[in-house]
Amino acid sequence: MSDASIHTPAQTKEASFGDFFALLKPRVMSLVVFTAMVGLLAAPGSIHPFVAFVAILCIAIGGGASGALNMWYDADIDAIMTRTQSRPIPSGKVTGDEAFAIGITLSVFSVVMLGLATNWFAAGFLAFTIFFYVVIYTMWLKRWTPQNIVIGGAAGAFPPMVGWAAVTGGVSVESTLMFLLIFMWTPPHFWALCLFMKTDYRDAGVPMLNVTHGRPATRNHILVYTLLLAAIAIGMGFTSVGGPIYLATALVLNALFIVGAIRIWRRDDAACEADEHKVEKRFFGLSLLYLFLHFGAILAEVALAPYGLGGW
Amino acid sequence: MAIHKDHEIHHRRFGRNLGLALVLGAFVVLLMGLTVVKVTSEGRALAAQEANQ
Repeated sequence: MSDASIHTPAQTKEASFGDFFALLKPRVMSLVVFTAMVGLLAAPGSIHPFVAFVAILCIAIGGGASGALNMWYDADIDAIMTRTQSRPIPSGKVTGDEAFAIGITLSVFSVVMLGLATNWFAAGFLAFTIFFYVVIYTMWLKRWTPQNIVIGGAAGAFPPMVGWAAVTGGVSVESTLMFLLIFMWTPPHFWALCLFMKTDYRDAGVPMLNVTHGRPATRNHILVYTLLLAAIAIGMGFTSVGGPIYLATALVLNALFIVGAIRIWRRDDAACEADEHKVEKRFFGLSLLYLFLHFGAILAEVALAPYGLGGW
Repeated sequence: MAIHKDHEIHHRRFGRNLGLALVLGAFVVLLMGLTVVKVTSEGRALAAQEANQ
């Protein structure tokens, strides 16, 4: 390439390494890594530390690959929504074809490596997770039904089950409850976000619940899901991955979460506009802490178990 | 003295190439580590099986 050609406007948008990394949705990946790690460490049985590291890396790469494929498919609506306009494809730094190639390559790589490092059940589970997020959620449900986030949330809930499967080669009540915890947490978490990012999804034509059924219906749904979530979260405290630390954490966090959901449920649009969605934003912030502390408590139980302090 | 000034794009390309080199290097280390762990742990399991027989 001649030096003259590098001064054209299109060329100044050439991607850096960080732009390719951004395709993997690092923030989502951090949640995947953390929950998969907890699932792996809480599972009964032993695994070599290096194999455990490779397993978590593969789950993270698989999650990142599905993020890249999601960005490839959703580039049109990402360009419309303020929250996603700066992503690598809509900003012109990475082409759709490059994102697709990276997504497919990393998907195959992560699944094969996980199979070789641990077992093929866990690898198949990871492949299914990628398929679920890309095909079932991104391509099918997201633009079709207001329940998109409910069913699609399953994709984000699978990592602890994959981590568990990497050690045990199967599923159990505990790993299913970890799945259900994230599965039931996702709707209130996202619907709270939708309540204060209300125009974004409407502009993009994504049928989020607040767009199709209105904000009062969204508030009702947040409350119902929060109550169901509390039952699952507290119930998990009585299984082998629970213990006094987990149960105390779950009781406090679910009480706070239910109070937050009731506050949202009792509000109307005028009240939301008046304080610029203060309650909804606080609930959204609490939801991030909620998930982190629940899995953190499981991790604490695992870490303290050798000293006779964790678990029942 | 350099005959021309580097454009910002040159720095970006260098960063990208360096990043890719590090990723490939990490992949080699990963495969090597995994091979060592698998071979040694399977070797140990085989030795234990033979001792039991």
